[in-house]
This record gives sequence, structure tokens and C-alpha cells, in this order.
Amino acid sequence: MKKQSLWKVFFNGILKENPVLVLLLGTCPTLAVTTQAVNGIGMGLAATVVLVGSNVAISLIKKLVPDSVRIPIYITVIAAFVTVVQMICEAYAYSVYQALGIFLPLIVVNCIILARAEMFASKNSVLASAVDGLGMGLGFTCVLLVMGSIREILGAGTWFGMPITNGAIDPMVFFMLPPGGFFVFGILVALVNHFGTKRGLKPRKSFDCDACPSKNACQNCQSCNKEA
Amino acid sequence: MKEIAVILVSAILVNNFVLSKFLGVCSFLGVSKSTSASLGMSGAVIFVMVLASAVTYPINILLDQNNLGYLRTIVFILVIAALVQFVEIVIKKYMPGLYSSLGIYLPLITTNCAVLGVALLNVEESYNFIQSIVNAFGAGVGYTIAILMFAGVRERITNATGIPKAFQGVPITLIAASIVSVSFFGFAGIVEGLFQ
Repeated sequence: MKKQSLWKVFFNGILKENPVLVLLLGTCPTLAVTTQAVNGIGMGLAATVVLVGSNVAISLIKKLVPDSVRIPIYITVIAAFVTVVQMICEAYAYSVYQALGIFLPLIVVNCIILARAEMFASKNSVLASAVDGLGMGLGFTCVLLVMGSIREILGAGTWFGMPITNGAIDPMVFFMLPPGGFFVFGILVALVNHFGTKRGLKPRKSFDCDACPSKNACQNCQSCNKEA
Repeated sequence: MKEIAVILVSAILVNNFVLSKFLGVCSFLGVSKSTSASLGMSGAVIFVMVLASAVTYPINILLDQNNLGYLRTIVFILVIAALVQFVEIVIKKYMPGLYSSLGIYLPLITTNCAVLGVALLNVEESYNFIQSIVNAFGAGVGYTIAILMFAGVRERITNATGIPKAFQGVPITLIAASIVSVSFFGFAGIVEGLFQ
């Protein structure tokens, strides 16, 4: 594997290959937990910890793992880190633990984490994998924060619980409800399409598997090729 | 009986898995491009959800008895993954017809958050065995309704003209999903009204 500068790897996750807005991974938690900015931060940081941990662990064992059973092994490693994060949250950040609900254990099946394990950690050095995990995690956190802020400000007129619009905008409950999640996410992806393509970003054009970066991670799955 | 009906209706309509709980959104957006693929995927989702609920229920009791509740996430995901793999092998061998219509979607489902989600929700709501199965079935049917409705909407979008350039493709799909999701809000309160 060629040497890459660590800064480049780091910023790759935040901007150029932002997991949510450019690669369109991890849509479920993005939509579900961003009703408030603070939940977005909590989810983002929890996922970041898991990403860094699993990337490091998988990079360490990459030579020991037989190719045919790598996905179950990756999932087990990820699940172990998720359990750790779950216990830490329950002990030290109980309100976040309650707000995230089942989406905290569901980090296990967050496609960002498995995709990075498959695409990056299994091919790169431990240090680079850790940096990649951090970059991707922070990229995820940034998007969740932005979405959470938009939805909280427009939907409830508050930001991190502090009233900020002072009645200048009537709170529109729509943004707090599930349809608002899809709506805000759609607008954000459109903005990235509009401004990003000029700056050389290559956003995914559809949700099809052809464009999916974790296509090869779907172990012996032919569903991507069979439909059309 | 009434309790079962309430769980079923709320899982299908009111707390629709995809459109109000955001579980299984990835596959919802990915597969809904064609109606036949949507049907195949839905069948596989209902099947695996019910099976996973049935299998994780006794396992959860076992974990609780031994004070191993913290291992729930790891055990559930591994059991579901093994189960899906096993079912795939069995169907492939004994029911090739079914395999060709459902089988290809099975591996995709292992890492679908809807399946692990329904198993974890059953525990959270402390449903008994029957209630868990009904909840899983309802969630699967809700997924089917949502994805079929949305497949119809997407066909219209594909043929639509005049979508601004930046909105073409993914963004307009998400906005359409938002509107379909609004339609499910008409069902809020239906449970109280029906079963009083």
C-alpha cells in the first residue's frame, strides 16, 4: 500500500469522502437521532470512538483473518466496541444514552463502520487506520451536528436547549418529525451536489449498489448485480 | 387479543419502521427502484424478522438469567448473521424456486438495522413470545407497504422532467420520501380510535 500523508487521510473523511453527504452511508442514524443538536453530537462521538477502535483492532489482525470469514469477524470486533461505548454512555452520559435509545446498539450495523473496516483498515497500517477512523467519525459528527442544529432551530426554536430565535421564526414542528429528517437531508445532499461538484467532489449519484463503496463488503451478495 | 391487535396495527401503520422509526432506510432507498425487487426484499425482510425475533427471545431469557445482559448486542448480531447464513444454505438446497426469488436478498439483510432493531425493540418493550412475533410480522408488513408505495412514487420521479440539476437523483428521492412519510402521519391516533 502506498504511503499517504496522514493529514490527507484525516481530511478525506471530513470533506472529500464525507461518509454521509458524499458516500451516502449511515442514513438511518443520520435521520433518526438528529432531532436535537446534542443528540447528533452524542451519536457522532459514539460512532467515532467505535470507528477508531474497530479500525485499529482490524488493522492489527488483518493478516490473521481468513478472507472467507472476515465479515463475521469484523462485525464481532465492531460489536465489542459498541458494547464498550454503550456501557460508558450508560455510566457517564445517561441522558444521551436514553435519547439515542436503540440507535446506540445499532451502531453495530452502521454501514460506515463496516465499510471503513473493509475498505481501509484491512489494507492499511494501524496509525493510518486510526487517523482514517477519526476523520470519518468527525465527518459523520459534523453532518449530524449541522442536521441536528437545523432541525432543532427550525423545529423548536432552540439550539442545544437554549432558546435562540425568540419568536422571530415560529417553530415548525415538521422539522422535528420524521418527514423533516428526510427533507433536511435531501436539501443538504442537493447543496453538496451543487457546490461540491465544482470543487471536484464526486457525490454518489444514486442509492444503487453499483455506486456503493461497500459493494464488496456485502459478502457473496449478488443482489446488487441481479436487479437493475 | 386486543393487545395483539394494537401491537400489529401500530407496527404496521403508526410506528412504521421505515418512515417513522428510520430503521432499514438504506435498503428502503436502495431497493425501491423497481417494484419486483421491492417485493422480493420485503418477503425476505418479513421472513428474517419473524425468525430473528423467535430465535432471540429464548436467547435473551438465557442472557438475563446469567446476568449477561450487556452481551446482548454482540450475541444478537452474531445469532442473526449465523441464522441468515444457515437459512440461505437450507433454502438453496431444498427450495431452489424460493431461493431464486428471495435468496439473493438474504445476505443484504444481515447488516440491515431493521432486523437487529426489531430484536432489540422486543427486549426494550419486554414483549412476550407471541407479542414479539406479532411485532416482527407487523414491522415487516409495514416495511412492505412503505417500500411498495415508495417504489410507485419513484417510478414517477424517474420519468419526471424539470427537476433542478442539483436535486436530480438522490436529493429528490429523499424529498419524495419525506412526502410519503407525511402521509403516514394520517394514521397517528388511529390505534386509540380503533380499540377504545
